[in-house]
Amino acid sequence: MPEPSFNTQSPAIEVLELCRYYNSYAAVDHVSFNIEPGIIFGLLGPNGAGKSTTIKMLTTLLPVSSGTARVCGYDINLEPAQIRQMIGYVPQLLSADGELTAYENLLLSTKLYGLHHTYREKRISEVLEFMGLTPHAHQLVNQFSGGMIRRLEIAQALVHEPQVLFLDEPTVGLDPAARKTLWKHIQEWRKQFGTTILMTTHDMDEADNLCDVVAFMHLGRIVAMDAPSRLKAKLGPKSSLDDVFILHTGSSIKETGDFANAKQIRNTISHL
Amino acid sequence: MPNKSETPYPIFNLCRQRIEQVIAIVEADLRKLRHDPYELFTRMIQPAIWLLIFGQAMANTKAIPTGSLSYLDFIAPGILAQSILFIAIFYGIALIWERDMGILHKILVSPAPRSILVVGRAIAAGFRGLSQIFIIYLLSLFLEINLRWDFWAFLGVIATVMLGGAIFSTFSLIIASIVKKRERFMGIGQVLTMPLFFASNALYPIEMMPKWLQILAIINPLTYQVDALRNFMITGKSSNFHLTTDFAVSICAFAILVMIATRIYPKILY
Repeated sequence: MPEPSFNTQSPAIEVLELCRYYNSYAAVDHVSFNIEPGIIFGLLGPNGAGKSTTIKMLTTLLPVSSGTARVCGYDINLEPAQIRQMIGYVPQLLSADGELTAYENLLLSTKLYGLHHTYREKRISEVLEFMGLTPHAHQLVNQFSGGMIRRLEIAQALVHEPQVLFLDEPTVGLDPAARKTLWKHIQEWRKQFGTTILMTTHDMDEADNLCDVVAFMHLGRIVAMDAPSRLKAKLGPKSSLDDVFILHTGSSIKETGDFANAKQIRNTISHL
Repeated sequence: MPNKSETPYPIFNLCRQRIEQVIAIVEADLRKLRHDPYELFTRMIQPAIWLLIFGQAMANTKAIPTGSLSYLDFIAPGILAQSILFIAIFYGIALIWERDMGILHKILVSPAPRSILVVGRAIAAGFRGLSQIFIIYLLSLFLEINLRWDFWAFLGVIATVMLGGAIFSTFSLIIASIVKKRERFMGIGQVLTMPLFFASNALYPIEMMPKWLQILAIINPLTYQVDALRNFMITGKSSNFHLTTDFAVSICAFAILVMIATRIYPKILY
């Protein structure tokens, strides 16, 4: 597998005054941040804070209302096709096709990403092996457990060796054991290939365990951003990331979210 | 990224990549059908009812002037075109389903151009319609319908059915991208299929329609499908239009629909 060829001098993602309005409601409100190559960056906040909307704009799925961002050096407004070639994305919802086998899901991805046919089988077996799914390669995905589906989805997002990986709530609906397995896989992948990872989560424990830098989002804005240890250190020895969130927003991350979000999350859980 | 090019001709490589992407979409759809072919059988019921009940009953009344053709000969191609329309017009619901699941997000974030995704789906829908040929031909044998048994004409039937499936599934994709919700889509699908079906030459000749309906029939792509199928399956000669006209109109309709769908397809996400 080739070494990551990313220029380590420039940020993997630069976001500048990014906004997204739904009518007059600002889902993402003048958000700016930079992500250095090779780090795991966590976007934290309750449901409805604007995390998924930010990811959808950065992955070119949603047009921006104003502002801009550069992903791998390409402008999201002007060069979306180039960006799509460089990134992998695992949406919050269920993106593996249950009516296909794991192998067939991966085969579709390799073809859509234009991997040469001599290289496809090798890549598919590599990512299946990495995610511990080789024995289940020819099993229909609708017979998989939630944790296996998530690992397959991440395998699909990695099959073309992206420089930046976007994970939207990767562990939502997973039991603690499956969650820990997934963390291990994500950390191992980053260690081996230096892929930059932007993930969203509303799980403080996850952010604390996985992320090098976290940014708290609340009502479409970033209210705090730093390494988890530094954010907590400012509050005292026994503080948690949830305490940091309460300090900046006046409410706990666990209390927020609306009917639509609750419905969406439960749908996802039931699909899984 | 792995080295993707083998030849020194970038245009050739790009074309090959685009064709492979179309094939990938079609292949995924056909693989799904292979894992669960049940729907192929349930879809055969509706055209069977139309031919066996409606067709035979109407044939006995001799109320519809179909010239030298028997009424069953006349409507067999119409029922084939209609069953393709009915399957394809609800193809968009799969798109809404995939959007709700998240599968569509994954497809849309890939570097495959939107037009490729639309064309891939259209061709997949065309393949899905092919099983209907089997049931219509089987029933035709049973009902002693005078089919042409000519290899090239049969290829013509396949081409027309593929094109019909592609046209109406792309139309369906456009509606799905606009209405975005399954319940609304079902309502609109029902509302559209019947007028398309009745304002065509599937069940009765254009000549016996009132003037206003004739105009609707002439702008209805289904009319050209039926016309071509009637030529290939039964008569072996032009009825209302020349085959060239049938294919020219169908291909233009498909091209226009693909252009529209390419623009609005990603909007289903927001």
